[in-house]
Amino acid sequence: MVEARGLVKRFDGFEAVGGIDFTISRGEVFGFLGPNGAGKTSTMRMVACMSPRSEGVLRVTGRDPETDGPEIRRRIGLVPQDDALDAELSVLDNLCIYGRYFDLPRKEIRERAKVLLEFAQLTERANTKVDELSGGMRRRLTIARALISSPELMILDEPTTGLDPQARHLVWDRLHRLQGEGVTLIITTHYMDEAEQLCDRLVVMDQGLIVAKGSPRELIDSIVSREAVEFRLEESDAAGLVERLGALVDRAQMLGDRLCCYGRDGDAILERVLALGVRPISSLVRRAGLEDVFLALTGKSLND
Amino acid sequence: MTDLVVPEGLVAREAARDHGHPRWLLAFSFWLLLYRRTWRGSILSTFVYPTLYLASIGIGLGGLVNRHVGAHALSLGGVSYLRFVAPGILAASAMQIGINEASWPVMSAIRWQRSYLAQCATPLRVIDVFVGHLAWIALRLLFTCAVFVAISAGFGAVTSPFSLVEIIAATLLGLAFATPMAALAAALQGDEAFSTINRLVIVPLFLFSGSFFPIAQLPPQLRLLAELTPLYHGVALCRSLAGGQLLLWSNLVHLVYLLVLAILGVALGRRTYSRRLER
Repeated sequence: MVEARGLVKRFDGFEAVGGIDFTISRGEVFGFLGPNGAGKTSTMRMVACMSPRSEGVLRVTGRDPETDGPEIRRRIGLVPQDDALDAELSVLDNLCIYGRYFDLPRKEIRERAKVLLEFAQLTERANTKVDELSGGMRRRLTIARALISSPELMILDEPTTGLDPQARHLVWDRLHRLQGEGVTLIITTHYMDEAEQLCDRLVVMDQGLIVAKGSPRELIDSIVSREAVEFRLEESDAAGLVERLGALVDRAQMLGDRLCCYGRDGDAILERVLALGVRPISSLVRRAGLEDVFLALTGKSLND
Repeated sequence: MTDLVVPEGLVAREAARDHGHPRWLLAFSFWLLLYRRTWRGSILSTFVYPTLYLASIGIGLGGLVNRHVGAHALSLGGVSYLRFVAPGILAASAMQIGINEASWPVMSAIRWQRSYLAQCATPLRVIDVFVGHLAWIALRLLFTCAVFVAISAGFGAVTSPFSLVEIIAATLLGLAFATPMAALAAALQGDEAFSTINRLVIVPLFLFSGSFFPIAQLPPQLRLLAELTPLYHGVALCRSLAGGQLLLWSNLVHLVYLLVLAILGVALGRRTYSRRLER
């Protein structure tokens, strides 16, 4: 569905995307995970044919954005980070005018708008001005709007940024339904839980480059380990502790004042530490996540 | 969460087909829709202000002028002050509408409502977005100028059928201001420049380009300056058409001047729009 080789984006000498490769297949949910400024949005804009690439090869639905922009965009639904809804127009107007941009017949637009309002749970709000909607409603409307042209590929840039937890789950639920329908979804996010929830495969981006790729599980298992144990320790206890734990620990890292040990069996690590006579101030055994992957790859946290 | 079924046909089986409308027309339809939802806000400027202007300046001030220089003074082209000033006000209004419609709405479509951004995610190209908006501004000008001429006729200030051509001339004048303004607005980062342009360019033009008095009244150097301004050419063209004169060499000069300015604005706008929307 999307293929990129050596994709570069430069703005006035600043390199936002520094030569990345990825392939996205039909029907998969593909994520771009990374902190703000990693180059995710620049990449999305290139894939959405809204921004010309500076270098490299890019094919979207088998076509070249440079020559076939309108033809590709006809097949794409874009959900931009800032919604770009018209606040002075009603929910229904926003949907319908977007359908006009695709030159769909008015009758078809009306029928689809009805269905999409239902899908976005906005039927009762059809005549409300966008001004008066909550953030979650606006985002659902933006998703519905992107669907008006029956796209093969949906691109969602930070779909739940700025939403409260309940609104996020509503959006995720919509996206799962689309995934079930076989729509190819591309999602950028700086939330690891979102990436873990939604994505079949993802790439981790940092400073314009892809630093890892795979399924969330693969990434976690191969780069950190299945489980993590966080300790707060006296400094005297911390020294040399990791070496004494031996093969139980695949990897260890300081997280602020905490020591985080990754291994296949967190409880076993904790038991061994206690058996060694070390008394941590506090300890926590948990599943390792993409946050840990990002930390391991870049030495920094996603949401710094 | 209630059980929710993705409705039949929500997602693609095949790409949506277009129906052969020119793409700029699709962008244009956005502005038309927006106007249909917000037109009440422009009633005053479209219908009431022209009436007030014609009453106050054309009749009020005009009565005084006619008494002093004679009702059909040569310096006013041999017509009453009302007939002299009506095309001037029309041209000055067209300039202001052109400037207004191409400043804040353009910036809003880029920065605030981001309507252009929404359009650029669809099959529309940047040029369609630009031309669609200009087409809307042209229609808005045409409509407002037609209303103005109709109201002028009510005041008895219309004598020639060429006043219909005058409507088109005033629309062109508005576009000659709108296209460079839109080009500039697409390049600006903030809206502070708009009030500066208004203070330093639009207000002086409004006052000194011959809308309200013949520029022969100005000192020679200033007169030369006034003759270089686009509003002067618009005013002169509208006035000669209102006076029933169509085929004049000077009209051709005015027309070419305004056309060139409008086309320059379009050429410039293509670049600034692309740079802004296709980064």
